[in-house]
Amino acid sequence: MNTEVKIAGVTLKNPVMTASGTFGSGMEYSEFVDLNKLGAVVTKGVASVPWPGNPTPRVAEVYGGMLNAIGLQNPGIDVFLERDIPFLKQYDTKIIVNVCGKTVEDYVEVVERLGDEPAVAMLEINVSCPNVKEGAIAFGQKADALSHITGQIKKHARQPIIMKLSPNVTDIAEMAKAAEAAGADALSLINTITGMKIDIHKRRFAIANKTGGMSGPAIKPIAVRMVYQAAQAVKIPVIGMGGIATGEDAVEFLLAGASAVSVGAMNFVNPYATVEVLEGIRGYMERYHVENVTDLIGAVEG
Amino acid sequence: MKQKQTATVISQREIAPDIYDMWLESALAKEARPGQFLGVYPKDRSTLLPRPISICEVDSICSTDGGRNALRLVYRIAGAGTREFSGYKAGDSVSLLGVLGNGFPLEQGTGKKVFLMGGGIGVPPILELAKRLEADKQVIVGYRDDKLFLKEDLEKYGRVYVATEDGSAGTRGNVMDAIRENGLEAEVIFACGPMPMLRAIKAYAAEKGIPAYISLEEHMACGVGACLGCVVKTKELDHHSHVHNARICTDGPVFEAAEVEI
Repeated sequence: MNTEVKIAGVTLKNPVMTASGTFGSGMEYSEFVDLNKLGAVVTKGVASVPWPGNPTPRVAEVYGGMLNAIGLQNPGIDVFLERDIPFLKQYDTKIIVNVCGKTVEDYVEVVERLGDEPAVAMLEINVSCPNVKEGAIAFGQKADALSHITGQIKKHARQPIIMKLSPNVTDIAEMAKAAEAAGADALSLINTITGMKIDIHKRRFAIANKTGGMSGPAIKPIAVRMVYQAAQAVKIPVIGMGGIATGEDAVEFLLAGASAVSVGAMNFVNPYATVEVLEGIRGYMERYHVENVTDLIGAVEG
Repeated sequence: MKQKQTATVISQREIAPDIYDMWLESALAKEARPGQFLGVYPKDRSTLLPRPISICEVDSICSTDGGRNALRLVYRIAGAGTREFSGYKAGDSVSLLGVLGNGFPLEQGTGKKVFLMGGGIGVPPILELAKRLEADKQVIVGYRDDKLFLKEDLEKYGRVYVATEDGSAGTRGNVMDAIRENGLEAEVIFACGPMPMLRAIKAYAAEKGIPAYISLEEHMACGVGACLGCVVKTKELDHHSHVHNARICTDGPVFEAAEVEI
């Protein structure tokens, strides 16, 4: 059985990755799972300087999922390079660093710093966080803005770039095509879906930011649909995510056209979720006599 | 090491309106310290996240026949998840994530004259603390009314002073009123309770020039320090993000009051 997949020239031992922001830089979950087993660890977003993030409450549970508005709290690229990269280098897994910023220059600064770090296999560019006021999603909701930032980053990046797309758009295919045309090496989707929860007893927003990004199993059908539409629209690989809890969920994304998958909010529910998803994919391959996991990519019929 | 594992309910009863007292058989008892907490998972799949619940009491005895590893959780029904827990009966299974958090720094109180303060559903973690801490213990607990849950358990380990909001037992008012009315003094404070109580304790400790170790709560998702959902503003740079935001689930839940902005 062969579980290897290739994204933009980078070979992953299997298609299971972590969704940015749900796994830190792996340290917290290394107590629960063997990081060597993962195809890749995608880090939480890192900016050029430390970001304090949003006021609390930052998280709330909703039916079959959760809302978050962390606001990309992160230690900045200096601490990240000193602490998080050496930690991840101890493991036999690919390192994908998620990059966030408020301006194009912010992104480029981080991308250039990471360019000097050969242990980083790919960069995932966060242009879709719904929880920060400036930058981030402003680049991810209009095709021309997405195209501009993708082109700028591509000029400075020494690793392949994955543009992480927002589901909070009218036409995901148009966004996927814009990123591809501007030089993206791969796409990842979906980021969280903007939502809101009101505590009716206190008559207050459940999250201090008022709106938060929804994730969890409840959003999976939306994610599968968008991954399918994006994969149909472009030739570059698509990494699928949104509510993946089991191997069966992951296979659904692969069949829809994803070349790899990420486990996100379900890490919070089940800290062993990543390795269990991988085991589930293997179980499916065995049951249906699938020799190469790549045979599943986009293999939905009809 | 933190783990997600299945435990078995030993017993459960309602000890005050909407306050439940549940004993669980769990190997996690071996590692549990006062002030730490568990993530308790509801079975209803529409509710995904573990509920952070403080450990009230630990009963861990090693013996040749396997001994006993039991954890006591005393919690209030706060929503659908805790409502589900309240229906569990002896023999039912429950998924736990634990043991989580730092716990109270016992060494800061050993041999000293201490206040162990609990307010409302912040009373439970004070019990295991009172049990383990070797010190001159003054336990000051605040309740809404005369449903004084855990008071008798606490009396086994220290002198207990009660405050009630409605004046139906002990001092009328809050735990600070009980300190004043009884003319109590301490060299160190350990506390868990609602935010107004913790703010009052922080101010009192600063005025008296004594340390106070307070247990905080916040909405949590992962419980293990990854999601950065449950942060509190800190005086010094936090060691994770370097932005004065410590993670309550892993850097806490117990903090020195002077170190946090609450």
